Amino acid sequence: MTDGTLPARATGAPKVAFFNDPKTRSLIFQGLALALLVFVIFTAVTNAVTNLRNQNIAGGFGFLEQTAGFGISQTPIAWAESMSYGRAFLIGLLNTLLVAVVGIFFATLLGFVVGVARLSPNWVISKIAYWYVEVIRNLPLLFQILFWYLAVLAAMPTPRNSHSLFGLFFANQRGITVPRPIFEAGAGAIGIALLVGIVAAFAVRSWAYKRQAATGQQFPVAASMAGLILGLPILAYFLSGMPISFDYAQQGRFNLTGGMTLIPEFVALTIALVAYTAAFIGEIVRAGIQAVSYGQTEAGRSLGLAEGRILNLIVVPQALRVIIPPLTSQYLNLAKNSSLAVGIGYPDMVSVGGTILNQTGQAIEIIAMWMGCYLTISIVTSIFMNWYNQRIALVER
Amino acid sequence: MKRIVSTLALGAALGLGATAALAQAPSTLRNVQNKGFVQCGVTQGLAGFSMPDSAGNWTGLDVDLCRAVAAAIFNDPTKVRFSPLSAKDRFTALQSGEIDVLSRNTTWTLQRDTSLGLNFAGINYYDGQGFMVRKSLNVKSARELSGASVCVQTGTTTELNVADFFRANNLKYEPVVFASADETVKAYDSGRCDVFTTDASGLYAERVKLAKPDDHVVLPEIISKEPLGPVVRHGDDQWLDIVKWVHFAMITAEELNITKANLDQMMQSTNPEIRRVLGVEGNGGEALGLTKDWVVRIVRHVGNYAEVFDRNVGPSTRLGISRGLNALWTKGGLQYAPPIR
Repeated sequence: MTDGTLPARATGAPKVAFFNDPKTRSLIFQGLALALLVFVIFTAVTNAVTNLRNQNIAGGFGFLEQTAGFGISQTPIAWAESMSYGRAFLIGLLNTLLVAVVGIFFATLLGFVVGVARLSPNWVISKIAYWYVEVIRNLPLLFQILFWYLAVLAAMPTPRNSHSLFGLFFANQRGITVPRPIFEAGAGAIGIALLVGIVAAFAVRSWAYKRQAATGQQFPVAASMAGLILGLPILAYFLSGMPISFDYAQQGRFNLTGGMTLIPEFVALTIALVAYTAAFIGEIVRAGIQAVSYGQTEAGRSLGLAEGRILNLIVVPQALRVIIPPLTSQYLNLAKNSSLAVGIGYPDMVSVGGTILNQTGQAIEIIAMWMGCYLTISIVTSIFMNWYNQRIALVER
Repeated sequence: MKRIVSTLALGAALGLGATAALAQAPSTLRNVQNKGFVQCGVTQGLAGFSMPDSAGNWTGLDVDLCRAVAAAIFNDPTKVRFSPLSAKDRFTALQSGEIDVLSRNTTWTLQRDTSLGLNFAGINYYDGQGFMVRKSLNVKSARELSGASVCVQTGTTTELNVADFFRANNLKYEPVVFASADETVKAYDSGRCDVFTTDASGLYAERVKLAKPDDHVVLPEIISKEPLGPVVRHGDDQWLDIVKWVHFAMITAEELNITKANLDQMMQSTNPEIRRVLGVEGNGGEALGLTKDWVVRIVRHVGNYAEVFDRNVGPSTRLGISRGLNALWTKGGLQYAPPIR
């Protein structure tokens, strides 16, 4: 910035009356607005405190340490009814995060496929993608969740007549059951091998890129990465004496016992969120790709690049710059929309928190916790996506 | 879903001074008289207790309590407006002043009475929690339910009792929790769960809604005490007295054999107790902030407890529930009213 951009008035004597000075005025109005805001918040808080005291409702977060006493159907960490409300809320939060992370992963995959498919020169593929987008994004999400839950999953057979695959995988009204791995002594080596494999794979990748930049020689990067990430743990598995066994599902009196079960509430919610969000992501991807001038593709062709490489090296990197900001909004939407889970009894943060609210009557505290958690999830997602956006942003030289 | 909104609205209301009036502890009675009706919180539909008919009129045992309150105040049982509430939202609605009285098969517990800012006004139905399963499972006792999936409504004592029962008996179970009774029953009916649990009265009421009611059986175990009754906000003793004594008036009327049909004859009675209850002598009603003939109004428009019970849930209805614990104390039951004098 140069001196020329500074307002001349700032250096000279004021030529207007004090109350006509735009700077003074803006200060006064901002001060008034701030005072009003402080007053509103103060009134709200004192009012809430008075009302709670009058109604004999105890405030504060002490209730989080009390025994919860209710059951939860999906618990990513250990849960017993004798544990505290605080832990119950944490389980709800983890269940929300689980749906959000799994949902974002699959919605991104499906969304990119749909976006690219819409631009496909193949008439059938592009029409299928078109109708998918038009139908899915015009139906309310809650309706779609209920559809998957009540119309699709509830029509599955009873546990006694489960669909089964090789007697290992089962699908029925109570969910999808798969064998549960049991890690015995020595299984830690496999985890370490996996980590080493991942680190080595990325080291190889960056070495190969550098070598290509320096010498122009190519290296089979994808194959060697896959080999390292998969191969090392498999090698470790056999070397450490096959320390993983499986707990297979058995037909119990009521349900299947043993194994690991994905509850139908989780499945229905995830499918609905993925399908719904992917329709929006598909449109974002299409817009991003179309935003890249066709001349770029033609330039790539004139260099003699294959179509796949043109997409990967020229079009997608430029399209991503358009795609990332609106994609962030879709990720935030997906995370927040997971609260519709309460309609089908998936124990997410809103559902479990609602139970706690009802058992304890601590409405204000629970609502504050919901707001705090969703705010944190959203801000963290946004910060990450902004960081990624900056990383891939066009670097002007 | 809209209940989440109302829960949030409560947060806002508690915060933003919509309930500023509460700070001055106003008279709920005067408030009700001014607006001209009683706002009554009921279930979203539980046969026999509170259920709208095809014309939109609410009927049921819990509904009749609200009608009796309206009859006592306005001499008109139709001056009630009903708010259908889920178990999860009922207390919030009462705390925030959205409703004047909650008459929604709500269990009286220590915790609710003390730390939720509520007062229980009596017990209009003595109940206990039970289990319903499909006959085809061949289960004879709740102790055989290890490993079962259990459909239960959230925010209820039911949800806590079922956890206690399975824990105490060292049985495993998978709770599947829904916000409304309707969703819970639907999930059970569709086969998502092996067991549906709620208060025994609720089991009978919901069974008639299932696709094939005869395929389901209620297990013999009653695993809890569920004293159900009307609830009011803490801090307005006069309103608590009114709701409490409206309930007692219906019990007393049954005890004295005062019915809708014989009310006019009873007014001529020489029995001093009957004369006092019906306001021919004394002024018990005025002490409540009502009129002398408050019991007459209740019986004329709504009836005594026996009439209400028989009409809504008794043996001649589809629910076919016998009086059991809800018989008068003089007939071996628990329904007992302090004297009106």
